Amino acid sequence: MRSKDVTEAAIDVLRRAETTLPSWVVERIRDAASLETNPVARSQLDAILENITVAKEGKIPICQDTGLAIFHLEVGRNSHIDFDLKEAIAEGVRLATETVPLRPNAVDPLTRKNTGDNTGPGMPDLILDLVEGDHIRITAFPKGAGSENMGFLGMLNPADDPFEFVLNGVAERAAKACPPVFVGVGIGGTFDLAARLAKKALLKMPGTSAQEAELLAQINDLGVGPMGLGGDTTALGVRIEMASCHTASLPVAVNFQCWANRSASAIVGGNGWNID
Amino acid sequence: MLGQQERFCNRGGERMEHRLKTPLSKEDVASLRAGDLVWITGTIYTARDEVHAHHRSCGNLPVDLEGAVLYHCGPLIKDGLVISAGPTTSSRVARYTKDVVDRGVRAMIGKGGISEAVEDLRGKAVYLAYPGGCGALAAKTLQVKGIHLEDLGMAEALWVLEAKDFGPMIVAIDSFGKDLYEEAKRSSKRAKGNAIA
Repeated sequence: MRSKDVTEAAIDVLRRAETTLPSWVVERIRDAASLETNPVARSQLDAILENITVAKEGKIPICQDTGLAIFHLEVGRNSHIDFDLKEAIAEGVRLATETVPLRPNAVDPLTRKNTGDNTGPGMPDLILDLVEGDHIRITAFPKGAGSENMGFLGMLNPADDPFEFVLNGVAERAAKACPPVFVGVGIGGTFDLAARLAKKALLKMPGTSAQEAELLAQINDLGVGPMGLGGDTTALGVRIEMASCHTASLPVAVNFQCWANRSASAIVGGNGWNID
Repeated sequence: MLGQQERFCNRGGERMEHRLKTPLSKEDVASLRAGDLVWITGTIYTARDEVHAHHRSCGNLPVDLEGAVLYHCGPLIKDGLVISAGPTTSSRVARYTKDVVDRGVRAMIGKGGISEAVEDLRGKAVYLAYPGGCGALAAKTLQVKGIHLEDLGMAEALWVLEAKDFGPMIVAIDSFGKDLYEEAKRSSKRAKGNAIA
């Protein structure tokens, strides 16, 4: 595998993620717009659909908040990587910032000084999974601050109701997360694993279980509506990921994604890279 | 008592459309009711966390705020062109609302609302909601006229933008204290359930 191919693939997945949405996401927004009964809410969903078209046709970022550079890497256990994988992706982020273009969003957390190229300590953030095979599947998952800022985590008492905790938090925070939102829920694990499960739940969206469907219906009953202005459509999807936890613990985390559930993937192998 | 005021504000539920030019007058502000639609033509200024903090610490901004429209937005600009420029979450700057309204700002554009600052707007200014995330759409009606406080970086700088029929925006909080975000919260089945419990 070559470093150059990883860099090129990183630029490509960022460009596609920023300018187009996965078709199932657009379908969900379209379905919601056709069912929405609140006229203000419908106007917001119609604007969102028009915006998606304008961005796709103009090949420009859907949202000015082009997010932090987050990548999910599914690394084949037989793949041969003899270069700095993180640096190869960081180089792709720097080049994409110039060419897509992306807004420089990465700053020092204390001085607030912008690095200018969307990279820096800890950025890009790589979520790694080992899988079968001899290639790497690289998924860009740029994350804007509007939705990310509304996330929450609780170390509950095992006697507490985790779904009540999730629903209360969503009721309080969804309006500012650029709804209609996607809700990633992590239950179990540890303090940090619950948060990572919540983010992985967003990556694995949409959910399909009865439990997820029930939580989605309860969230939509909140009436927060698109952009918090009221309406039938507060969430477009819910996914729950779980892990074993300590017998004395019940960690629960929620990670929001805005309606612009941006992601795009490519496969990098020994002979180059391809769109996935 | 509130019911009477709400009826007055709603004009019997009729939703009006307004095409406004900047700078806004007191009469413009008074004509807007929550739920109305607004398009704006003229100069608007981007201002988010850092510009508001700068204003508070310096007591001044390099632009005239009398009748001004502030846009809570960190635009994506390339080679002097607005590429994508939707609104950012306004609640982060809600704490500064009184500062800028006292200096003459008559409208703020953003997303998510500033329910914390409804009283700071009363009788003076309105909050307009542009659909969050719709940066590509917004960019079609915005042009760069200038930049101040450039050292704050692309997202945080004060961009002077020329808007041409920028909208539609929804009057989400009017100058009479009516707030669509609070109404949405109150009307939820859950809120009603809790009130009964």
